[in-house]
Amino acid sequence: MTASAAAPAVPEGEAANPIDRLTPEQLDAIARELDAIREQVRADLGERDAAYIRRVVDVQRVLEASARILLIVTRSRGSAAAATALLTVAKILENMEIGHNVMHGQWDWMRDPRIHSSTWEWDAVSTAQSWKHAHNYQHHTYTNVVGKDRDLGYSAIRVHPDQPWHPVYLLQPVYAVALAFIFEWAIAIYDMELDAVGRGTKSAAEARGEVRAFARKAGRQFAKDYVLFPALSGRAARRTLLANLTANTARSIWTHTIVFMGHLPEGAETFTERQLEDESRGAWYVRQLLGSCNLDGSRLFHLMSGHLSFQVEHHLFPDLPSNRYPQIAGRVRAVCERHGLPYESGRLGRQYRSVAKKVLRFALP
Amino acid sequence: MHVFAEHRRRARGRLWDAANLLTTPLLPDDFLGLVNPLWSRRQPAGRVVAVRRETADSATITIRPGAGWREHRAGQHVTVGVEVDGVRHQRSYSLTSPPRSADGCIAITVKAVRDGVVSSHLVHRTRPGALLFLGAATGDFVLPEQLPGRLLFITAGSGVTPVMGILRTLARADTLGDVAVVHIDRDPGGVIFAGELRQLAGQRRLTLHEHHTARLGRPSAAEIVERVGDWRERETWACGPGELLDGLEAHFSASGERARLRTERFHVRAAVATTTTGTAATGGSITFTRSGVTVDADGATTLLAAGEAAGALLPSGCRAGVCRTCIGPLRAGVVRDLRSGAVSGEPGDVVQTCISVAVGPVEIEL
Repeated sequence: MTASAAAPAVPEGEAANPIDRLTPEQLDAIARELDAIREQVRADLGERDAAYIRRVVDVQRVLEASARILLIVTRSRGSAAAATALLTVAKILENMEIGHNVMHGQWDWMRDPRIHSSTWEWDAVSTAQSWKHAHNYQHHTYTNVVGKDRDLGYSAIRVHPDQPWHPVYLLQPVYAVALAFIFEWAIAIYDMELDAVGRGTKSAAEARGEVRAFARKAGRQFAKDYVLFPALSGRAARRTLLANLTANTARSIWTHTIVFMGHLPEGAETFTERQLEDESRGAWYVRQLLGSCNLDGSRLFHLMSGHLSFQVEHHLFPDLPSNRYPQIAGRVRAVCERHGLPYESGRLGRQYRSVAKKVLRFALP
Repeated sequence: MHVFAEHRRRARGRLWDAANLLTTPLLPDDFLGLVNPLWSRRQPAGRVVAVRRETADSATITIRPGAGWREHRAGQHVTVGVEVDGVRHQRSYSLTSPPRSADGCIAITVKAVRDGVVSSHLVHRTRPGALLFLGAATGDFVLPEQLPGRLLFITAGSGVTPVMGILRTLARADTLGDVAVVHIDRDPGGVIFAGELRQLAGQRRLTLHEHHTARLGRPSAAEIVERVGDWRERETWACGPGELLDGLEAHFSASGERARLRTERFHVRAAVATTTTGTAATGGSITFTRSGVTVDADGATTLLAAGEAAGALLPSGCRAGVCRTCIGPLRAGVVRDLRSGAVSGEPGDVVQTCISVAVGPVEIEL
């Protein structure tokens, strides 16, 4: 299933990478301009931002509690369906706008011990600890570097000509879709990076500890959704179980979709490990910029995507509060225009087709 | 009976485990706090019921604590958390109310210090209804179980606050025996609790000696104790600025009475403006409390680099301030963010060691 991508010495298409056109002075200028945006937002953070995240957290908890209670008490199929929808929304909010962003440290500035990256645990089978390492460190540091960014196709999907072809990729259109349904579990296991033990880059003891933590966490998550709440529903146990399964699966499909749209559509650049050598702050910024794609949509859409629809802004400033991304998008776009850099953005449908095309194309040699 | 109690206890435990599982990965407490923040036991809080002005720059804040509050002892202090501009700040204040008050409320008395974000917020901008976060009451500046016959309290400025808690507790129980109070302040008008202290003195329930520095200058330790003739026969509690306490400790030691003196020091951190960029990063000694490593670093070496060079095994990731793998709680001192130049040194600050340098001595829990 897995194939590690070895980067050839001179990958094709590298010459066309806009990052190579920029002089060190231009890169420094870009870094200064983007740093200025960051500092300005940082200095302006205050009560309204704090009120925003608290409101989202409160709304999410009320939604989840109402959905759970409704599922236990209701007899009608209509309200059970409504409760399932509510639970799905609550679970998506919890992972996307709250969990992902809190664990990035976006709200650490509030110094609220209950909304803090060091204490947050999310409603997912992966532990916060393991996910933070895989996501905040590996993915956000090595974004779109072929062979380094494990999130790029998750080793299982070939999305770039530099990844050597293998006959198993003929099946990738099928398993890429299947992955969406089990995404929550798949990333939990993938993020533990157990193959690193074989390569000798991770100690067996460390891996054992992570697996144990995962088993404990996943066990509790499983027991909650598939044993305890169904049991509390008495005769409606089967229905509650199905509702919870539906909510978890729908959330998996949604997060899978948003995550795949962030770095894979046509227009998102990939990079080689050579690019990481002595990478300046400006070059890091530009790599984040070129490797990310935004999604256009309504305010509700942005909220439900955890503002990952502002993937560009998120990758430039992963620890700025998500509610600020829409406000700075115009200025980031202006920086891009000034320096002749592309700023990729498109509607979900278009980006989806673009990614699908890639998955189909690279299934073949 | 015993068997039933044991069964009940176990059943309650199982019920609690089940409730925990229902709300996993959160706790039932998180949902209780959603309905009413005062119900939370994980994060004790209290509601302000009254703010009474004591002097021009001090006020007593009466708080109705929620479910998480544990009763205090007179003389103890509590960490109070307030939110100013969306940011949580924590400071310790002496409890000035006696424990187990009839209305279930507690009180802190706060003096607004210059540039004090929290103290001026509490004194000037806090209204009834406001929510305050509360830590546990702590401190050993308390009376022993067995009350000594003769007591002496030496206080200066807002150092009177923990002593007031003790005096009120004694007065309420009618156990104010032979009590002498020496209070030092700038002028008569600035004395917190002046009315109450002078009234107690007027009723001959205690003897009060006031020393006003605007008129008499700063008194020496000897001058202070000589105001109470039999000070050598008294158990003494003193609270005030560090210099005063240092002087008293030296004097009591020299007189062979050190065992009779208990002191309470207010730890006032240097006010840190979180956006200033002027002061040069000076470096300093960095202590990693969990690793047990202390190392000196200059103003250009990050906490992470310094710690690793000294052999501490520290969490690290991107080393560029992106991933926050390296963060640790700052226990003491001030650090500077190399990217923005911003300094931080508030209790409860969590810092990224890969982009922070020490400004003076620093302790970090890693």
